[in-house]
Amino acid sequence: MIKPIYGLMAEFETPTALVAAARAAREKGYRKLDAYSPFPIEELTDALHLHHNKLPLIVLLGGIVGGLAGYLLQYYVTVVYFPINIAGRPLHSWPSYIVIAFETTILFAAISAVLGMLALCGLPMPYHPTFNVPRFALASRNRFFLCIESRDPLFDRASTIEFLETLEPREVSEVAP
Amino acid sequence: MADEPNVHQPKTDIAPGYTFGTVTDQIASVVLTRRTPFFWYAAFGAGLVLLLLFLLAVGVLFVKGTGIWGLRTPVMWGFAITNFVWWIGIGHAGTLISAILLLLNQRWRNSINRFAEAMTLFAVACAGMFPVLHLGRPWLAYWLFPYPNTMGVQPNFRSPLVWDVFAVSTYATVSLMFWFVGLMPDLATLRDRTHNRLARFAYGILAMGWRGSARHWSVYETATLLLAGLATPLVLSVHTVVSFDFTIAIVPGWHTTFLPPYFVAGAIYSGFAMVLALAIPLRSIYGLQGLITDRHLDNSAKVMLATGLIVAYAYILETFSAWYGGNTYEQAMVWHRMTGPYAVSYWSLMLCNILAPQALWFKRVRSKPVFLFISAIVVLVGMWLERYVIIVSSLAQDFLPSSWSIFQATRWDWATYIGTIGLFLFLFFLFIRLLPMISIFEVRTLLPSAKVEEEAES
Repeated sequence: MIKPIYGLMAEFETPTALVAAARAAREKGYRKLDAYSPFPIEELTDALHLHHNKLPLIVLLGGIVGGLAGYLLQYYVTVVYFPINIAGRPLHSWPSYIVIAFETTILFAAISAVLGMLALCGLPMPYHPTFNVPRFALASRNRFFLCIESRDPLFDRASTIEFLETLEPREVSEVAP
Repeated sequence: MADEPNVHQPKTDIAPGYTFGTVTDQIASVVLTRRTPFFWYAAFGAGLVLLLLFLLAVGVLFVKGTGIWGLRTPVMWGFAITNFVWWIGIGHAGTLISAILLLLNQRWRNSINRFAEAMTLFAVACAGMFPVLHLGRPWLAYWLFPYPNTMGVQPNFRSPLVWDVFAVSTYATVSLMFWFVGLMPDLATLRDRTHNRLARFAYGILAMGWRGSARHWSVYETATLLLAGLATPLVLSVHTVVSFDFTIAIVPGWHTTFLPPYFVAGAIYSGFAMVLALAIPLRSIYGLQGLITDRHLDNSAKVMLATGLIVAYAYILETFSAWYGGNTYEQAMVWHRMTGPYAVSYWSLMLCNILAPQALWFKRVRSKPVFLFISAIVVLVGMWLERYVIIVSSLAQDFLPSSWSIFQATRWDWATYIGTIGLFLFLFFLFIRLLPMISIFEVRTLLPSAKVEEEAES
């Protein structure tokens, strides 16, 4: 019996080769694929059609919530919970609230940016099948990898290996699940 | 297209000859394999000794109270607030480099942003010590935050001192997050490069399973840009809010509208001085001249010169507006600063902040790291004196001559101040030893081979 695998991984030496391979794989019809590189590559994002993510929306919501929370906190404290008359100023002295409302806007937006980024990436994830490929350690140094996952409808072990070999990779390896 | 002459030679941000592999290995080896140089032990040891001095000074402060400092009516802010403003200003250059220069697409920043951000973080830690210790009962510092309590009281949100609590704590939190997010891909590199099991485990946990996936990179880039966009107004707001501590009061010399921009420019001025003071020794000890090149030093010196000129303009404007405003107290304040008991500090700060940096106009000065290092130290001293003069001289001689009194710093004032320099060095050199001081993945993007060559459309 053949053991199931997570996917097939091809290793490339340059970002140009990886981008070309990613494009070719998309054109061939593969959709469940991912590329791995030691630094962000703009063209790769295009090649894999990854441009849209929800992070800006999350950050916007975080910022709005933060600004409202900061303002309402001050309103509640100075008007309702602990009203004190300071030099006859109105209790709802909104110009004084601007600074703290601004700071909480930034704070909440930044926290949503970080937590949102981790959530959208599915991190922290200490185990991932790609780590089973010994040479994958170089993905954080100087090598570029393209992985076609076995859950892709077009995936077939023999023909996918054949396809990846046509892309002139340095090596093609199977990824244990 | 290949036979077209290459008209435009791209300017390189780092020395030629690097590859993805050598960049990675050179930066990672400082942490992982190379023998720790003697300089590291000396600097870390000095930091540790001064940190112990700080702990002693704080211990004595806890037992005896703030009377061990030279704080006497009317100068109740003295060294503590001077040091607070000085340290927080130093931190600002780190955020400027990491956030504002990122938004402006200044790619040369990629090899200095990591340690500049670390500098920010540790400078803010040092800054945070002072207002808390200055409280008198520092163990009650949490009273500064609004929280439901049995006393039924809450902070006064109309006070700039409470704004400061929010501004500085937000700044510290956002700087920490920005720094950590920037570290994640490099922590993954260290995880994959180390042979030590404990180190692999520690870096592995911190890297959170980063694997360089294109999906992750795309979200990551968005997150970095958004964080930079958030940190930019934040950094400008923090020193503005710090200056509100002064401007909202009616003390002569404090109550002016140009203090916020003046403080922000001064902050960036001293911050770039600290960047130079750290980068110059580090790059020669660790042989990183190929990554932190003379161009980086030159650019930092130019920023220092530009912000120094803004600061000089502020000094002139301060004097002019006191004269032109016709307010007796403002005029007396300027006169006291120039000729009174703090005249030595005042004229030294003019020398350090206005006169000395004019040497940076000359390319020959900017290309000599030793000169740059010296002028950075001069600026750091000058900026400290500036804060000292603003705070102490304004308080010592305000409206009523009968309440005037001269501030005398005690040895505990000095011990606490020098102690925080120890805390800074201790944290900074710990960082140099344990984490990559240059952002590896961002330097990789600077290499010519990182560019994807597009085939000509047929």
